[in-house]
Amino acid sequence: MKKFKKEWPFHLMLLPAVIMVIIFNYVPMAGVSLAFLDYKPAKGLAKAAFVGWKQFETLFENPNFFLALKNTVIIAGWKLITGLIVPLVLALLLNEIRKSWYKRVAQTLIYLPYFISWVLMAGIIVDIFSPTDGLVNRALESFGVEPIYFLGSNTWARFTMILTNIWKEAGWGTIIFMAALTGVDLNLYEAAVIDGAGRLKQMQHVTIPAIVPTIVLVGTLSLSNVLNAGFDQIYNLMTGVTMETLDIIDTLVYRIGVQNGQFSLATAAGLFKSVVSSFFIILSYRLADKLAGYKIF
Amino acid sequence: MHYKESLGSRIYVAIAYIIVTIFSIACIYPILHVLAVSFSSKVAVNAGLVNIIPVDFSLDAYEFVMRGGAFFTAFAVSVKRTLLGVVISMVFVILAGYPLSKTKRQFSARNFYMWFFVFTMLFSGGMIPSYIVVSKLGLIDSLWALILPAAVPVYYLILFQNFVKSLPDGLIEAAYIDGAGEGTVLGKIILPLSKPILATLVLFIAVNHWNAWFDGMIYMNRPENYPLQTYLQTIVVQVNLKAVTSLGDVTNISPQNSKSAQIILAMLPIVIVYPFLQKYFTKGIVLGSVKG
Repeated sequence: MKKFKKEWPFHLMLLPAVIMVIIFNYVPMAGVSLAFLDYKPAKGLAKAAFVGWKQFETLFENPNFFLALKNTVIIAGWKLITGLIVPLVLALLLNEIRKSWYKRVAQTLIYLPYFISWVLMAGIIVDIFSPTDGLVNRALESFGVEPIYFLGSNTWARFTMILTNIWKEAGWGTIIFMAALTGVDLNLYEAAVIDGAGRLKQMQHVTIPAIVPTIVLVGTLSLSNVLNAGFDQIYNLMTGVTMETLDIIDTLVYRIGVQNGQFSLATAAGLFKSVVSSFFIILSYRLADKLAGYKIF
Repeated sequence: MHYKESLGSRIYVAIAYIIVTIFSIACIYPILHVLAVSFSSKVAVNAGLVNIIPVDFSLDAYEFVMRGGAFFTAFAVSVKRTLLGVVISMVFVILAGYPLSKTKRQFSARNFYMWFFVFTMLFSGGMIPSYIVVSKLGLIDSLWALILPAAVPVYYLILFQNFVKSLPDGLIEAAYIDGAGEGTVLGKIILPLSKPILATLVLFIAVNHWNAWFDGMIYMNRPENYPLQTYLQTIVVQVNLKAVTSLGDVTNISPQNSKSAQIILAMLPIVIVYPFLQKYFTKGIVLGSVKG
């Protein structure tokens, strides 16, 4: 009781946030019970019958679900790999640029797309990748290449997603790696120079060892996104034709839930994703803690 | 100290310059193209003549957009949600973040609360249950539907408490001895010292609000309640036919003109705060990192 007397201001300060989180995070968590009911919005929650695993059975019998799962893992996997390598290479190369104004301008340009919404980026992407008058196809045409349907063909759609994802998101990873690189003790470079190390040797023996912990950290934390293939990007760039290679779990959930009104089935699909994702999030935090000493709090 | 670098080193540096330059240009080129299209004449655009320099310079597209209507309504909704959203989220972050920055000895329930918040990062109910909660609360078509569901940004809350934790204890101890309560400590000591992290979080939250579009799409039924990004999603991404019909009798601009002008206008606030974003972004990463 004495403890509470001293600590009540803390409880009071936390109260508003706790209430909000209960309403908008914990109540929806309880809402996953919809996945085990046959809920029809028109009939109301009270009349929804308990159907056990039926929604999941329906889901697993649906070939579209496995297609979406496959697309999700492929697209997310490529995004994880490119999301690690491209920023790393860019940061290492930026680090070699000693003209500070040049480096600043380059950083400014490379980081910018990260802050622009996927809606606007999608608008731009649709425009420049247009097969008839897009910039890219106009450039290819001058080399005698036939127009490519980057967004309209299943051969190219995934590639286009991964490419444009690099464009938009590489800046973020580069910022993180650059932050790690600016922390490197400059004396180490001087010492390396005195020992007769050239640029490549300096990178090999000073820069890379200095950012290995950051590489491990970014790599392990990104594991938590195994099932996040990027709803914002895919939803805005997918067409009926490219559904075969681009439809992901998130877009599927949206279609069956919001567009078709099958709330229970959509919740089941969402729950499947949440459970698998939770596993990967916990795994990634564990690994980040073990390998890079990262603790979330 | 000047000495001759080896051939290998010089080649490596040259490659660094080339690749960085190519990537930088690739990042900005598409944006410059849209900018050029927005300032070009309809004829030039339709003939596919525009690269990154406007052809037949024209302000018609901007005049058309500025004439008012849906773009402005949506712009206003976005401004409102961003301002309100930032204020509300910051209040929650500060009030909840301060007790969380205490050690378990100072505040015995600290770890319980921490897990209470962190758990929401590990597991979520998903789109449909969240939608049902918002609709049962009667928030559909209300501005609050865009603000309240994400009003407590847990990740930023953690960044904030990490920062406060790293502040020197001496000042707080001294205030306690002077008889200051927790409210005074928070207001008079913690907040003035937390300016860098507060500035960082304000920017992050503002950009997130400005760029959000999905909540507008599912929580707003009436198009006049759409925030800017949701409105643009309907005209920029969804088939161009809509834009064509909405142009009506306007003949001196093409849908591509007006689309480009709207993309540029929507991007403008981000570009304006971009210098600050860049400055605080790196800072935020360093500030929020866990020490020890």
